[in-house]
Amino acid sequence: MTAAPSTRTATTPATQAPRGWRGRARGFAEEHRSTSILIGMAIAGALLGILPKVPPLALIQSANPWYDAFANAGVFVLLAMGLNVVVGLAGLLDLGYAAFFAIGAYTYAYSNSPYAQQDLPFFPMLVVGAAVAAVFGIALGAPTLRLRGDYLAIMTLGFGEIVPIVFVNTDPFTGGTNGIGGIFRPEPLPILGEFSPLTAFNYMIVMVVIVTVAMMLLYRLHDSRIGRAWMAIREDELAAAANGINTVATKLLAFALGATTSGFAGVFNASKLTIVSPDQFSFTVSFTVLAMIIVGGMGNIWGVAAGAFIVFMIQAVVLKQLSAIAETLQRAGLLPPFDLGPLHVDIAKVNFVEYQYLLFGIALVIMMLKRPEGLFPSQVRRAELHEVNEELAAEDATSDATLSATESESGVSAPGSQP
Amino acid sequence: MTTTVAVPRPNALNRAARIVLFAVLAIVVYAIVLWVALQQSWLTGSDALPSNQAFGVAIQQTINALSIGAIYALIALGYTMVYGIIELINFAHGDVFMVSAFLAMGVTVVIFGQVPGSDITNIPFLILVLAVALLLVMPATGLLNMAIERVFYRPFRGGNRLAPLITAVGVSFILQNVALVLIGSGDRAAPQVFPLNWQIPLGSANVSVLSIFIFVLAVTLMFGLNLFVSRTRLGRAMRATAQDQQAASLMGVDLNQTIALTFLLGGALAGAAGVVWGLRFGFVRQDLGFNAGLKAFTSAVLGGIGNINGAALGGFFIGFTENLASALGFSRWSEFLVFLILTFVLIFRPTGILGQQLGDRA
Repeated sequence: MTAAPSTRTATTPATQAPRGWRGRARGFAEEHRSTSILIGMAIAGALLGILPKVPPLALIQSANPWYDAFANAGVFVLLAMGLNVVVGLAGLLDLGYAAFFAIGAYTYAYSNSPYAQQDLPFFPMLVVGAAVAAVFGIALGAPTLRLRGDYLAIMTLGFGEIVPIVFVNTDPFTGGTNGIGGIFRPEPLPILGEFSPLTAFNYMIVMVVIVTVAMMLLYRLHDSRIGRAWMAIREDELAAAANGINTVATKLLAFALGATTSGFAGVFNASKLTIVSPDQFSFTVSFTVLAMIIVGGMGNIWGVAAGAFIVFMIQAVVLKQLSAIAETLQRAGLLPPFDLGPLHVDIAKVNFVEYQYLLFGIALVIMMLKRPEGLFPSQVRRAELHEVNEELAAEDATSDATLSATESESGVSAPGSQP
Repeated sequence: MTTTVAVPRPNALNRAARIVLFAVLAIVVYAIVLWVALQQSWLTGSDALPSNQAFGVAIQQTINALSIGAIYALIALGYTMVYGIIELINFAHGDVFMVSAFLAMGVTVVIFGQVPGSDITNIPFLILVLAVALLLVMPATGLLNMAIERVFYRPFRGGNRLAPLITAVGVSFILQNVALVLIGSGDRAAPQVFPLNWQIPLGSANVSVLSIFIFVLAVTLMFGLNLFVSRTRLGRAMRATAQDQQAASLMGVDLNQTIALTFLLGGALAGAAGVVWGLRFGFVRQDLGFNAGLKAFTSAVLGGIGNINGAALGGFFIGFTENLASALGFSRWSEFLVFLILTFVLIFRPTGILGQQLGDRA
């Protein structure tokens, strides 16, 4: 690249695209974000439609459960993209993300179930559920976001904990621990036909459309003045405020937007599962989504979407199939029982699903320690993270040099500076 | 952390007397409030108690509240010390407490062969069992907490604030799920070796000796911690580091050692809380640390995060609140109540009851 096309790429050399077709593709993606998202998601949607019908995937299970898994993965992709705005872009730690998911889901249950004796249309309710979640997000965020960032983490953790407790305790209105069942499915669509457990393909297509629209909107925000304000706050709140950004309002917008996305996903999930109950919205959901965005690459929208999809498929398919695969291998004589004296582990009998959250925890911590920019980092974020590390290293080196210089000069070792 | 550096002795005695006076006053006020509340039918539903019976229940519940408050206070100290020194909410602290409760259970079962449901009425043997449990579990969890700091938090020191916070959540989740894989979900019965039927009759009340023991143990540990922090060289290093890391470092304080020591002390106190938890409640479960941690953190914020005495005060306050809710028959709302307290404290007095001015760095 000879001349930088915009000031943004000029200021951060790391975003300079490589030459050749990759460079041209990246240039096109930067210039025409929405078009490239449309093309990318169309390809992804087509692949998701076709892959379950051809051998490697078709051998494991039939097409319908695959579509079902993809639709569920879409819910988590949506959740991850929303949490990415809060954690990845604005740098606020939201640990009660599942609460807004629950609020969206219960809103739909109140508008569309025999329990509530209501049957409102599905697609407008998506917006209503999201709006209700946004109201709760603002109510929680407005007092908390004025304080230091850590307090938001603990407030949201508490909020995520009490929302299910409130749903359990107010059993005359929420069905208590059993929740609300028999939620009506969305009304049939013109060409696709009706929604049922046997037509998971329809849910998947709707989800692909929702994710596409959400991704386009989020990328627009990301590239806008607001998106830059979020990232400025993430990097240095004081400096951002000094540059005229209303930090409380901007943080609140990010937090509310995250809650909105979560509520949106909640409505979809409630209509798909046809039941909502408090135990669907435990802390593990919030944690899983957090692990997804860390693995995917905080701050990078398509990265977290891909991360969420991969993590969800590992959780929903790979771990579930692992025992079956181990059993098949063992029966074929390829895998002997694991025997170490008293430690006798029959690998075919290990419940791999039980280990999933342990694996998520380990994955999250290792990523934070070893590769904080995630598997699919955004160029800017990677540059920033490494720049900071190198700066610190350089600073350390110089201060060490100064210290040792003074030591050798005065002959007295500086206190507290053991090598 | 504590503010004063060197207090002349008569003054310190005065201060101690004032604290004791305040504590006694608070306890008496709570007992009276509970006594009155238990007689109100609009509060307790249909089962309002007659005056003399309510008095007995009020005394018993007050002592129970002191013991549960002592447990929260011990855990809260770990949160507040760590926050005071490196400004990190150590989400894994509640789970360190959970680990200690399991370790204590292991010590009584494996070393002393006690089974759930067995009492030890032989007093010297009981003292031996409790002493061994405390002496093994407290250093073990202290070292665990220290190791967590060394491996997971130290690499982030001086960098951005979000990364260690997320890592702390991850560590908490790992501890919880290791326990889940090793021990399984649901309640595990823990041996309550301290006889629950040891009670002191006091009018119409029967005061549990165990609750008094827990309270006395906790207060002793807190007193020891206070002495350590205010009178020793290492304690002074901790206070200096809490005030200004760079300046402390320039004055010859070894930051790594001081921070490790803070985690060691916090973990050991959580270990003591874990030992008495099993005695008091008779069960341990792998997700115990989540709730206890949330309540203990609320205690720390309520008392003024970073302030050791504040954490103790907050712990007792939360213990009393929870006890009041359950005594009046609203025990399933106690978490909600604690969350409301957290919310109101953060909105109206984010520095807590005893807290000083916090830095405004976000």
